[in-house]
Amino acid sequence: MSPTLHLFAGVAGVLILASAVGALLKWRVAHGAPHAVIDNLNARVNTWWVMVAVIGLAFAFGKGGVIVLFYLISFYALREFMSLTYTRRGDHLAMAAAFYIALPVQYFLVWIEWYGMFAIFIPVEVFLILPILSALGGDTKRFLERTSKVQWGLMVCVFCISHVPALLTLHIPGFEGGNLLLIAFLVIVVQGSDVLQYVWGKLLGRRKVAPELSPSKTWEGLVGGVASATLLGAALWWATPFTPWQAALMAFMICVMGFFGGLVMSAIKRDRGVKDWGTMIEGHGGMLDRLDSVIFAAPIYFHALRYWWVP
Amino acid sequence: MTDAFTSDAPPPRELLRRAGTFIAARLIVFIAKLLTGVRAVWSGTAPVADQTLYFANHSSHGDFVLLWATLPPDLRSLTRPVAGQDYWLASKARRFIGQDVFNALMIRRDGSGDGPNPVDQMVQALQSGDSLIMFPEGTRNTGEEVMLPLKSGLFHIARACPQVRLVPVWIENLKRVLPKGQLIPVPLACSVRYGAPIALAEGEDKAAFLARAQQAMLDLRPEHDKEEASAS
Repeated sequence: MSPTLHLFAGVAGVLILASAVGALLKWRVAHGAPHAVIDNLNARVNTWWVMVAVIGLAFAFGKGGVIVLFYLISFYALREFMSLTYTRRGDHLAMAAAFYIALPVQYFLVWIEWYGMFAIFIPVEVFLILPILSALGGDTKRFLERTSKVQWGLMVCVFCISHVPALLTLHIPGFEGGNLLLIAFLVIVVQGSDVLQYVWGKLLGRRKVAPELSPSKTWEGLVGGVASATLLGAALWWATPFTPWQAALMAFMICVMGFFGGLVMSAIKRDRGVKDWGTMIEGHGGMLDRLDSVIFAAPIYFHALRYWWVP
Repeated sequence: MTDAFTSDAPPPRELLRRAGTFIAARLIVFIAKLLTGVRAVWSGTAPVADQTLYFANHSSHGDFVLLWATLPPDLRSLTRPVAGQDYWLASKARRFIGQDVFNALMIRRDGSGDGPNPVDQMVQALQSGDSLIMFPEGTRNTGEEVMLPLKSGLFHIARACPQVRLVPVWIENLKRVLPKGQLIPVPLACSVRYGAPIALAEGEDKAAFLARAQQAMLDLRPEHDKEEASAS
């Protein structure tokens, strides 16, 4: 069995366990009656099954499948971001350019593996073109704020997320053909960290890390979650180009960036006065609610790999 | 087209037309949902088959399509949009969509004395059992204001048809999908928010009722929109 199948079998095992625990809780604790926490937990687990199935399907199609999957993820994330962002009529062209030009071009650059352009297209070219389009709209009210928000949406939802499929373009000697595992490692560690922080927080959580940003994040959850997800990452070293120590360090870095990513995205939500980015993922909120930690972890992980493992 | 109602058995052309309208309706709803990911938010009321007048804010020609798309399919066939004939009868394609697909109640908006009075038309449709979608602002709001002042039609209908449920509706974000004068729609998420029905109170005058109706619509806006409007 290939390492990829091993990983999927492991994830399926965890989900079977989670579904069993959820059903047990529903039966023994909630006695089959509606129960906010347990029902939310079960909704989350069910959604995980769907998400793992979708990722598995994309992996089966290889590079093209992964690029299409993350293109769609970026599209829905960008839609959530822009829908909640204050814009005016003058920003219409800039938003159209973001959806119909910047988004497809970025993923096309991943497909043709043109790293030089991939790395600067949104931060440089699009960064300059969008405010030009907004300026042509002729409306100066809150101009800097509006153009920054459209640019930020693109950076977060398209540029950062596109670093996940871009992992397939790295050529690591001795690891040819195994690049899907780099994505699997990132996704398992970052989502494992989220889940473990949630579990540790629910079990032991007392002191809040940032009560004004996120009422559910506690020091106990953070330390327990990051420590256990780092161990999880180290335990997956056999599926990566890393030694166990390197895998632990990478996982630790991913967890820390993921945690702060969640914090930043929460701050934006609070600023806008909403609890969730959207409603598309049952039990989780919107696409961005599930991805906030991936967004901040992916580019750092990508560049660490590229710097130290690609000659 | 004109002989469609005169023969007893539908001729092949009529069947073709019906198939065409059915497919067009499905297609329009599909595209609207794809573009806007529209979802319905029901608060204070539920979709029920009782006769209803939905009154909503109006900022786009797509407003009634979005509202219609969020109604359960069995309610859609009972619900007719009220549409301005100056726009919806202006070309063959619009006439097909407005009249054949959505079975819209065509009204004049130019205020001239010719032809039937729009309020009478709406009252008549309600008395014959239809549910209606109407936009009490009277015309599309393409400017900066959150809403235009309501026309008095809603008040006259409420007085003439006290048995009809008057459901306030707020259509969120559609104005940003395709602002006036733009050609390319941007795929922003929209929602259609339905509120608790209101009724004309005993002895309530026109101004008070219209103010209450408008407030009922404004209250349905998501919190972040309310703050944005008060900040700018």
